[in-house]
Amino acid sequence: MENKVAIELKNITKTFGKVVANKDVNLTANRGEILSILGENGSGKTTLMNMISGIYFPDEGQIFIDGKEAVITSPKDAFSYKIGMIHQHFKLVDVFSAAENIVLGIEDGKYNLKNSTEEIKNISEQYGFDLEPDKKIYTMSVSEKQTVEIIKVLYRGADILILDEPTAVLTPQETEKLFAILRRMRDDGKCIIIITHKLHEVLSLSDRVSVLRKGEYVGTVNTKDTTEAELTEMMVGKKIDLNIQRNEPHDVKERLVVNNLTCVDREGATVLDNISFTAKSGEILGIAGIAGSGQRELLESIAGLQHLSSGEIFYFNPKTDEKENLRDKTPMQIRNLGVRLSFVPEDRLGMGLVGNMDIVDNMMLRSYTKGKSIFLKRKKPKDLALKIISDLEVVTPSAATPVRKLSGGNVQKVLVGREIAASPTVLMVAYPVRGLDINSSYMIYNLLNEQKEKGVAVIFVGEDLDVLIELCDRIMVIGSGQITGVVDGRNTTKEEIGLLMTKAKQKEE
Amino acid sequence: MTKSAEIKTHREPFFHVVKRDDMPTYMAWLIRVITIAVAFIIVGILSSVVTGKPFIETYDIMFQGVFGRIFEGRTTMLWKYLQEIAVLLVLALALTPAFKMKFWNCGAEGQALMGGLASIVCMIELGDKLPYPVLVAVIAVTSILAGAVWGVIPALFKAWFNTNETLFTLMMNYIATQIIKYYVYIKGGGSNVINPVSYGNFPAVGMNDYFVNIMIAIFATVLMFVYLKYSKQGYEISVVGESQNTARYIGINVKKVIIRTMLISGAVCGVAGMMLVAGKDHSINQNTVGGQGFTAILMSWLGQFNPFIMVFMTAIVVFLRIGVAKVADASYLNSSFSEIMVGIVILMLVGCEFFINYSIKFRSKKEANL
Repeated sequence: MENKVAIELKNITKTFGKVVANKDVNLTANRGEILSILGENGSGKTTLMNMISGIYFPDEGQIFIDGKEAVITSPKDAFSYKIGMIHQHFKLVDVFSAAENIVLGIEDGKYNLKNSTEEIKNISEQYGFDLEPDKKIYTMSVSEKQTVEIIKVLYRGADILILDEPTAVLTPQETEKLFAILRRMRDDGKCIIIITHKLHEVLSLSDRVSVLRKGEYVGTVNTKDTTEAELTEMMVGKKIDLNIQRNEPHDVKERLVVNNLTCVDREGATVLDNISFTAKSGEILGIAGIAGSGQRELLESIAGLQHLSSGEIFYFNPKTDEKENLRDKTPMQIRNLGVRLSFVPEDRLGMGLVGNMDIVDNMMLRSYTKGKSIFLKRKKPKDLALKIISDLEVVTPSAATPVRKLSGGNVQKVLVGREIAASPTVLMVAYPVRGLDINSSYMIYNLLNEQKEKGVAVIFVGEDLDVLIELCDRIMVIGSGQITGVVDGRNTTKEEIGLLMTKAKQKEE
Repeated sequence: MTKSAEIKTHREPFFHVVKRDDMPTYMAWLIRVITIAVAFIIVGILSSVVTGKPFIETYDIMFQGVFGRIFEGRTTMLWKYLQEIAVLLVLALALTPAFKMKFWNCGAEGQALMGGLASIVCMIELGDKLPYPVLVAVIAVTSILAGAVWGVIPALFKAWFNTNETLFTLMMNYIATQIIKYYVYIKGGGSNVINPVSYGNFPAVGMNDYFVNIMIAIFATVLMFVYLKYSKQGYEISVVGESQNTARYIGINVKKVIIRTMLISGAVCGVAGMMLVAGKDHSINQNTVGGQGFTAILMSWLGQFNPFIMVFMTAIVVFLRIGVAKVADASYLNSSFSEIMVGIVILMLVGCEFFINYSIKFRSKKEANL
């Protein structure tokens, strides 16, 4: 490589208690290149980058910057080495403007918002950002906030930029725009490191890819010499079939009909705006949209957890052919009506499960009220727990382990396992593979397909458009609480869905 | 670039704190036991420094003070000790369901006082009108109700208006104290003392005045353990405490659980008040509970919400309270000395939990030599 080495990691090890997050990791990143750090969730990508940006301190190993050993004990140290990290979760003050957020915390005694605004404009122009420095954060979209975060580190003179999963919250169009900017920065001689687990992004954006697996460094390859299959194999450690099976739906009947649903949150903002759709038995209905467009509220409305301003939710009972209106009913009332509604919420440990309880007690959440006794019966939940552990290959020391101690994938298996064990007729899942490794993700997709074959109406809220397109029969797109389109999963494109995702916003403007 | 020059110390921080998740239970208990032992030694050293008595003698005074002449077959002091444990334990048990629900009931003091007030009112007003068994039953029911009412008021406000229960229950303590003061003023005829009432006292069983109180405490311990661990309501309390969202998700009526649990918490505090008034003092004043409602908060925590562990924790704390008070007495110090010592021990017990949950990593030698 003729490029100058910007940062070099030597034998970095970091442990948290028993967990080895990084073990003997060696890595180099050059100026004028985009390096992807690829790895599954839990492979230690973010931990590694946090050590470069001063959030953690390595237990062992050294970091060299421009060939000299560096000691980075705080984000401030990192900035003095011109390292800037853009975190997955933005750290911005909502009521401040973009410019105020950008200069916030700089201690040079020269606070002058006007000059700073000028400089921010220059940076924006140089790299092609689209940003109004005076705009307040709370009025911004996710991608605008990200822009503020990026400019914030550039403004501080960073020339090594680390981005943690920057595209997770962006539409395909916004992603393209970001990539164009990152390429411009690279050409300007900056060193860009992006953390990601999305293979196609790695291939389209980066110059080199470094792969981590379970905290260990696997290797680095040049992007132009590699393939998706090779990268997957490096990441997972074995060959994996990346195709999701999709059968034609059969025996399709209306199961859940939602009419003109409107929901207003506590602040008075309309989070669901006149939503109408039908979920049918034997098919998977995908719901796509930018995060926070009303997906959570929609599922919670159906589950009886949201107060609705208007609209109806009709459930067609396959056994009795009766029609029930679920509006304004509590989850308990819905269950007592004989509605077999299972719901895997987005917040697994905060809503679907109780983190500090063991697997058996978590199984009991669904069933503990059964029977007249005032005492709990742990026999059946225990059998169910053991069955799920063996059927879904949950990795756990025992059924008596608190679920918070399990890895993300195993937590999700416990939750999905419990919800499926209730033999649902409607199964709602929100971001079921978020944070899961590839194997677990495919197991979840298979479980959803099995349920579909059994005639369950599956509602799948997803974020990865590639998966939605491969898995779902129909995809409903929502933006700002409105339905902006329903497309056929078999003949749609990411671009089409991406446009629909931002359509509602454009209407407002 | 001057900045980077400043930080080329090439040293990692002297120590950093790391969360640990792997400590086996026996190790955790070993640490706690060691802490208690060290705490006792420190108390001994401090006592002997302050009183000027030999180190070993202070322990002798403590032991004598708590157990009396037990080796000579005199058990009076022992029963007194058990009675003190019983009251503190019942108060700790009362708080436990609320704490498990993450409802910070700091009002045990007031709830117990109100229970005690109900007892004394029954004893004074109905004492000569009702047959003894009926009177005791009425005392029990009214005390439990009074405690429950005092406990449920903050719960209702929490459920309906989401008020802060910590402040609310604390305020309720002051109100209870003032009500007691007012009642004592009326009944004591301006002397601020109510003379012990002879009606409605718990019976002495075999020369032992406190037998009933101790039995109540044992019964309450077992009952609370079963309730929390094996009943559906206990399960609901855990779920609400861990995550209200999960509770809503599975269809638990969160408001109902909060109100029901505080009724129970208050009711058990009421029982403690009854134990103090009908079972021990046969009178009341604003110091009847004497801050034990607050000590009970720590007992519940240190017992990790497990009633059986609470038995040991209260036994230790009450031992120190009585024992060090005797040491202070013997050297003409006042009761503040005993309270300071108990405070130090509790602080150490709380502090040791830090080392159970975290470990401190010092800079490695290799690095330090650089």
